[in-house]
Amino acid sequence: MSTVVTVEPTKPWKASRSERATDVAIFLISLFTSFAVVAMTPMKGKLAYFALFFIAYAILTSLFKARQRGSAAAKDALVNSMVAIGAIVTVIPVTSILATVLAKGLPGISFGLFTHDMALATPTDPLSNGGLLHAITGTLILVTVALVLSVPIGILTALYLTEIKGRFTGPIRFLVQAMSGVPSIVAGLFILSAVLYPITKGYSGLMGSLALTILMIPTIARTSEEVLNLIPNDLREAGTALGGTQWRTVAMIVLPAAKSGLVTAIILGVARIAGETAPILLLTGGGDKVNPNAFSGPMGSLPYYIWKSFNAGSPEAITRAWAGLLVLVGLVLILFTLARFLSSRKAAK
Amino acid sequence: MTTQELVIPAPRQITTKPRRSDKVFRGVVTTGGLSSLLLLGLIALFLGYRGFEVLRHEGIGFITHSEWAISTDDAGNVLESHFGLAAMLVGTILCSLIAVVIALPISVFCALFLNFYAPAWIKKIMVTIIDMMAAFPSILFGIWGFLVLMPSVEYWAKLLHKYLGFVPVFNMQVPVFTRSPFVAGVVLSIMIIPIITSVSREIFSQAPLDRIQAAYALGATRWAMIKAVVIPHGRSGVIGGAMLGLGRAMGETVAVFTVLNIVFKINWEILLGAGGNVASLIILKFGDASPYEIKALMAAGLVLFGLTLIVNALANLIVKTTGKSGR
Repeated sequence: MSTVVTVEPTKPWKASRSERATDVAIFLISLFTSFAVVAMTPMKGKLAYFALFFIAYAILTSLFKARQRGSAAAKDALVNSMVAIGAIVTVIPVTSILATVLAKGLPGISFGLFTHDMALATPTDPLSNGGLLHAITGTLILVTVALVLSVPIGILTALYLTEIKGRFTGPIRFLVQAMSGVPSIVAGLFILSAVLYPITKGYSGLMGSLALTILMIPTIARTSEEVLNLIPNDLREAGTALGGTQWRTVAMIVLPAAKSGLVTAIILGVARIAGETAPILLLTGGGDKVNPNAFSGPMGSLPYYIWKSFNAGSPEAITRAWAGLLVLVGLVLILFTLARFLSSRKAAK
Repeated sequence: MTTQELVIPAPRQITTKPRRSDKVFRGVVTTGGLSSLLLLGLIALFLGYRGFEVLRHEGIGFITHSEWAISTDDAGNVLESHFGLAAMLVGTILCSLIAVVIALPISVFCALFLNFYAPAWIKKIMVTIIDMMAAFPSILFGIWGFLVLMPSVEYWAKLLHKYLGFVPVFNMQVPVFTRSPFVAGVVLSIMIIPIITSVSREIFSQAPLDRIQAAYALGATRWAMIKAVVIPHGRSGVIGGAMLGLGRAMGETVAVFTVLNIVFKINWEILLGAGGNVASLIILKFGDASPYEIKALMAAGLVLFGLTLIVNALANLIVKTTGKSGR
C-alpha cells in the first residue's frame, strides 16, 4: 500500500504572515502618528489627519522596503501609496456628494411635493406650500421632445459611420467628437439666435429641447457607433448572401441585433442632458405652473427649479433646492443603472 | 478512364447597381450623418451673424480690453458701450488650468491603480462610480461646491497663502479668499477627473502585454514596469485626455457661476476672490441685457465656441493617434 502524498502548492508570491504583520504594524503606526501630530501641533481638521497619515505611511513603507530590498523596492512602495491616494481622492467627492444630497434632500421630500406646483407659492414659503410637479413634468416633456429629435439623427449618424463608410466618414467622426465638446451655454445661445429671436419670439419648452438635442446627438452617435461596430460582420455578409439589399440587411438584421446596445446609448444620452442647466436658463422661461404644451408658454424644469430656489437663498428655499437635487440625482442614477444593466446583460450573452 | 469535356458555363451577369430602396436608404443615412456637420457650421454662422455688429465695433479690443459696460437713454438707445473679454478669457484659462493641474496627477494615479493594482471587484465598482460621476449634472457640482466644499477649499487657500506665499501666484495684497478662481478650479477639477481617468485608463490598458511581461520577467518591480513600458506608451494619450478635460472645464457654466465672484479686471492672483469666466458672464448678464448687449454676449459665445472647439479637436487628434500606434 502506498500512501498518496499530496503536495501543498507553495505560493511564493503571496505575502507571508510576518510580511502581513509588518504591513498592519506600519498602518497602525501611521494612524497613531497622524493622531499624535494633530494633537500636539496646531494643525487641525480632517485634511491634517488624512495628509499626515498618508505621509507617515508612505515614508514608513518606503523606509522599511529600502532596508529590506533596496531603493527600487522603496520607489515601488512609494508609488503604491500615491496610487492609493489617487484612487481614494477620486472616490471621496462622489461619496460626499451623494451623502450630502441624501442628508439635505430627504427632509424636503414629502408626498405633497409630487402633487403640487409652484403657481401659488414662492421658494421662500414654508415647505408645505407648493411642490415640484411642474418641474418633473417639465423635465419629462423637455427630455421626450429632445429624444424624438435626437434619436433619429444620432442613430443615422452612427449608421453612416459604420454601414455606409462613405467619403465623409473621417470628417464626420471628427466633428461628432468635436461636437460633444460644445459647451451647453453655446448650444443655448445658438438656439436663441437661430430660432427664438427670428422665429418663435417667446420662451417655450421646445426651445429648451432643441438645445438639449444638440447636446444629446454626439453622445447617442458615439455610443451607437461603438455598439454597431461590435455587431459581427458575418451577420451583414449572411444577410447580403441571402439576397438582401443593404437596406433590408440593416433594418432586419443589424439594428435588431444591436437593439439593447442602442437603448443603452439613448439612456446614456438622456442621463447626460436631464440635469443640463445653462441652456434651460436661457430658453425655457421657467414657469411655475404645470404646462403640458411644449410649443408655447414658459416651461418649468428640475434644473430651473433648483436654480431658482438656490438663488432665493432662505433656508426653506435651500431645502427645496436640495430636495430638487435629490429627485434629479435619483432620476439620473436610475437611468444610469438601467443603462449599466442593459449593457452588462448584452455582454454576458 | 473517360475524359469528360470541360464545360465552362457562360458567366452570369452580376450587377452592382443598387436597388431603389438602397438608394433611398443611403441617401437618408448620409443626410443624417451630414447633419452634425451642418449643425456645427450653423452654430458658428448664427453666433457670428448676431455678434458681427459688436465685433466690428469693438475690433480687436473685444479680446484685449476687459471693460464691460453699456449705457442707454430712456428710450433704450445705446449711448455708449465698451465690451471686452480680456478679464473673462484670462479667468477662463486660469480656472481650467488650475483644474487640470489638480486633476491630472490624481486621475493618472487613479487610472494606474485601476489597471495595474486593483483587484477585479474593486476595479468594477470604481469604474462604475467614475462613470456615474461623469453623468452627474453640473448644477449638483455647483451647489455642493458652494455649500459643502468651499469652506474647506478656503481653508486650504489660506494654508497655501501662509506657507507658499513667496510663490507669485499664491501671493495677494488683499486677503479675500471667498469665491476665488482657486475654488472654481477645485470644483472643476472634480468634474473633469472622470474624463481624464477614463481616457488614461483606456490608453494604459492598450499597453503591449508582451512588453509588460518581459519587464516583469527581467525582475522589474511594478513601478519600474510602469515607468519603462506603460508611461512611454501612454504619455501623449494622457496629454490628450488632459486637454479633453481642459475643454470641458472651459465650457462649464453653472458650476463655475455658483462658486466664482466675477470681476471685470484681469486678475492673476488665483487665491483672490475675483475671477472671470466667459460662460458665467453670459449667464450673469443675460437676465437684464438690452438687445445690443445680447449681441455682445453672442460674440462672447462665438469666442468660447472657437476656443473649446480648437482644444477639443487637438485633444481628439492626440488621443486618436496614440490609440492607433499602441496596437
